[in-house]
Amino acid sequence: MQKILFVDPEKCTGCRLCENVCSIFHEKVSNPSRARIHIVKWENAGLYIPMVCQQCDNPICETVCPMGALSRDEKTGALLINDELCVGCKLCVMFCPLGGIGIDKNRKILKCDLCSGDPLCVKFCIPGALQFIDANAINLRKRRQAAGKLSDLMKKLLDISI
Amino acid sequence: MYLLYNHLLPGIDPLSPENVLLIGAGLLTGIPALGSGRCDIASKSPLTGAVGDSNIGGFFAPEMRMAGFDHLVIKGKAEKPVYIWIHDGEIEIIEARHLWGKDTFKTQSLIRSDLGDEEIKSLVIGKAGENLIRFANVRTGMKNSAGRTGMGCVMGSKNLKAIAARGTMDIEFIHPEQLLDYCKEMIDMVMKNRYSRAASKWGTLVIYSTTNTTGLIRTRNFQLNQLDQGWDIEPEEMDKYTIGMSGCYGCPVSCRHRYVLKEGPFSPIFAEGPEYTSLGAFGTMIDCKKMETILVANHLVNKYGLDTLETGGLIAWAMELYEKGIITEKVTDGLKLEWGNEKVLYELIQKITQREGFGSILADGFKPAIAKIGKESEYYAIKVKGMSNLHSDERPTPSLALGIVTSTRGADHLRGRPAIDLYGLPEDFLEEIYGGSMSSDYRSYKGKSRMVWWQELLYAVTDSLGTCKFQTVFLAVHAPKWDEFSKLIHLASGMQYSRSQLMDIGERIYTIERMFNIREGFSRKDDILPERYFKEATPIGLPRVKGIKIDREKFEEMLDEYYTLHGWDKNGVPTEQTLQKLGIQREKSSII
Repeated sequence: MQKILFVDPEKCTGCRLCENVCSIFHEKVSNPSRARIHIVKWENAGLYIPMVCQQCDNPICETVCPMGALSRDEKTGALLINDELCVGCKLCVMFCPLGGIGIDKNRKILKCDLCSGDPLCVKFCIPGALQFIDANAINLRKRRQAAGKLSDLMKKLLDISI
Repeated sequence: MYLLYNHLLPGIDPLSPENVLLIGAGLLTGIPALGSGRCDIASKSPLTGAVGDSNIGGFFAPEMRMAGFDHLVIKGKAEKPVYIWIHDGEIEIIEARHLWGKDTFKTQSLIRSDLGDEEIKSLVIGKAGENLIRFANVRTGMKNSAGRTGMGCVMGSKNLKAIAARGTMDIEFIHPEQLLDYCKEMIDMVMKNRYSRAASKWGTLVIYSTTNTTGLIRTRNFQLNQLDQGWDIEPEEMDKYTIGMSGCYGCPVSCRHRYVLKEGPFSPIFAEGPEYTSLGAFGTMIDCKKMETILVANHLVNKYGLDTLETGGLIAWAMELYEKGIITEKVTDGLKLEWGNEKVLYELIQKITQREGFGSILADGFKPAIAKIGKESEYYAIKVKGMSNLHSDERPTPSLALGIVTSTRGADHLRGRPAIDLYGLPEDFLEEIYGGSMSSDYRSYKGKSRMVWWQELLYAVTDSLGTCKFQTVFLAVHAPKWDEFSKLIHLASGMQYSRSQLMDIGERIYTIERMFNIREGFSRKDDILPERYFKEATPIGLPRVKGIKIDREKFEEMLDEYYTLHGWDKNGVPTEQTLQKLGIQREKSSII
């Protein structure tokens, strides 16, 4: 089964290691403004949300690309940009609802390619806010988290004190 | 430190335009490991008149580097409030009248909205810096502070409200691929430590459980060495308030809490922290057993831009003076300075910030306050070189006591504290680390000067690299140090430094700091513990730490050994031979 780059903002500590290693791996320099992932922060409220391409099933970027430069890597599930076809029109940047595609100061389109199936940001994310896991595992995990909150209520209602 | 030494003439007033403010990123700032977001701020301290130097985490240093600047050297004084704006190779000075009077959080948000970029990182001062409180700090983000030695006061004296940075330039490495791999190794090495793992849950507060249980925590200023029934400020208590942890740039540990107080004084509060030191400053030292009070006080000092340690140290001292009848309500503006009184605590923090009434007596630090209150108050002041000590009680631990005395910037744990001495490690293992024989008993004096000397060199190098002390040999034994630093430097910059060369660099930095202090009139006479360490024995604690005081003779011997290790003479002055070996000539100052 194909894995999914799963983001859990509640675990993010905002350290930006993901941005840093992404730029070093892809661009050979440390420069978060050239990374494919970005942690959006509301510092004064303590909210940190990592934003990265979700490799959509019905990708708008692929639909709007006039050159047909986007295609899916069947092995990793990543949507890849063919640099030879890309003309840099930036329609994908404009239309992506998640800000998943960026552009750097050299006008290069920046898009997560899942590091050929082994995303480096995940390896460096110690708090586990970024994970590369099976879709099934995500469902179960989210349901267990939600059920956990419900179970607290149930315990109170039924007066179970364990 | 070289810049500081050479930019200043001796004896200048730290608040005059002649003083220099240095902001420096490190050699490894920006690498994806070891908490590489640190920045160093140095100046002549308005609190002590000695070396002023404070290191700050967060996100400013990498942003400054990506804006194209490694170091800022700020001299003179602006006519009216300004801030400095650096971005992609450009540097501008912008009027800051609208920011003057704003707190440290609001100032940062206003700069972001003024310049229209949410990614801007700023170093700012609060009201305390503006009002020239001599221990005002410099802050960035919600949590990070360059707390000690009054660097915010120097900024205030220059009418400099903030330094804002935004950069999209590359930080280049010589061997980027290998550096990535090695940084992953470093992260694993750091996270294998139990200390790091505990710190990712409860921050530096984790230290408190052990030190308080043992009896190494100064309580009621310096009357007790343990907070009795202090379990309500145990680290786990933070679970009630925290919404998650927060990390500095490039740090896998993430040692600070994001916490919320929905009710109570000054609520609603969203803040970050507190550090172990704030737990002491607003908890044990003033005998307050409520986590909530510590959290409120932590928020207040951060908002106003006051150093948490100096503030807590001075208030604890004032409370003891009040208890002893040395000061009365006449002096304290009618405030009853009773132990643990949270209302008094909040009131004093505000009074200090505003230089109001009794607050104005405390606002200049220990030396001027003692002069105003009277000589007998000095005995109760727990300070070295005019700077307050943290809340640790070093009477049972000679190595830690030596560290606060030799610290170039005044009583402090971040210059040379050999914290791992407390672990009672096997002697052969200690010898392997420190390169000399020493006792594994933390109560012993044997060989402990070497520990302090070695840690001072290590911390000096760590600060210069721009990495975090908590990710080297501070509280964790198996943490990256010389050899790992050497490899990281090579992969990042291509430069080759051996372990002994790095130690020489540490020695050079520390010796220049020493020379700076000597030039300002400091000497062996200032490397002295408060009298109480020699006179009063620890009253409580575990049997092995109870009834202990510092032995003056042994302590002086330890100091002699320590000077010898640095290559300084009996009076703590670097010898000609040492200066030659380190390549430091006795240069005229202000050559730059």
